[in-house]
Amino acid sequence: MFEITLSHYLSVAAILFALGVFGIFLNRKNVIVILMSVELMLLAVNINMVAFSSFLHDLSGQIFAMFILTVAAAEAAIGLAIMIVYFRNRGTIEVEDINVMKG
Amino acid sequence: MIISALAFYLFATLIVASGVMVIVSRNPVHSVLFLILAFFNGAGLFILLGAEFLAMILVVVYVGAVAVLFLFVVMMLDINFVKLREGFLNYLPVGGLIGLILLIELLMVAGGWAFSAQAVPGPGAPLSALAPDPGVSNTLAIGKLIYTHYFYLFQAAGLVLLVAMIGAITLTLRTRKGVRKQNIAHQVSVNAKDRIELKKVKIRGGV
Repeated sequence: MFEITLSHYLSVAAILFALGVFGIFLNRKNVIVILMSVELMLLAVNINMVAFSSFLHDLSGQIFAMFILTVAAAEAAIGLAIMIVYFRNRGTIEVEDINVMKG
Repeated sequence: MIISALAFYLFATLIVASGVMVIVSRNPVHSVLFLILAFFNGAGLFILLGAEFLAMILVVVYVGAVAVLFLFVVMMLDINFVKLREGFLNYLPVGGLIGLILLIELLMVAGGWAFSAQAVPGPGAPLSALAPDPGVSNTLAIGKLIYTHYFYLFQAAGLVLLVAMIGAITLTLRTRKGVRKQNIAHQVSVNAKDRIELKKVKIRGGV
């Protein structure tokens, strides 16, 4: 109980990842919450990376967690920029309305 | 030992609870604030794992930049969020089912995880260059690795951020029509000859 093992961390990360997937399904109309769910999933992945890095005594996991953080920040910035441009053009961000490019 | 275990359970409970609140709260502003709370608790977990540098990076980058960006966008766009929540309950069963299946699968993997004897690198193992030195702080160890072994990847990460910055700026930049702006180069390059024209006007003749 009081011995925190790798499985504890992996379980927390698994719960968080499942919550992210669940959030994407639950808020299918709201792009902002979908982006936040993606951030949650990336946080879960980072927890996995750092937990493995710590328990295996191998620093490369932490370094890759840092790269994941970088890519997540870039993804959030680009996603929000696309959303702002879309809102300016269409006046809405409902996911169901974003089908102009559908063939 | 007990204190760190209790801290782990505290952070884990809070991170899961705030994750739930992120996806179910009605107001997206509250979602962003709970996301910030989740990131703080993630940073706490990182500190428990001995990754202090990443914990600080998480707080600085996520809470300081990404979450504030989300907050700005949520507050700036004039969106009817009530309309966006329609059909919330329709998606609940299928989403819950898929989430639950995924969770069970992941927990089965995580619960049954055990190190094999070869996985932990002993002295002289091929990965020993990546193992943290006991007397060296986490930040120093990461810095030593990142500027030597992973230098190109580090540069590539910087490039990703640069491209993201340029992309975000060019996407959101717009030139509005009908706005009177000062064009300084144009103003400076004007000649006096072009502006003032001298005319001889005949008396009582008019122009």
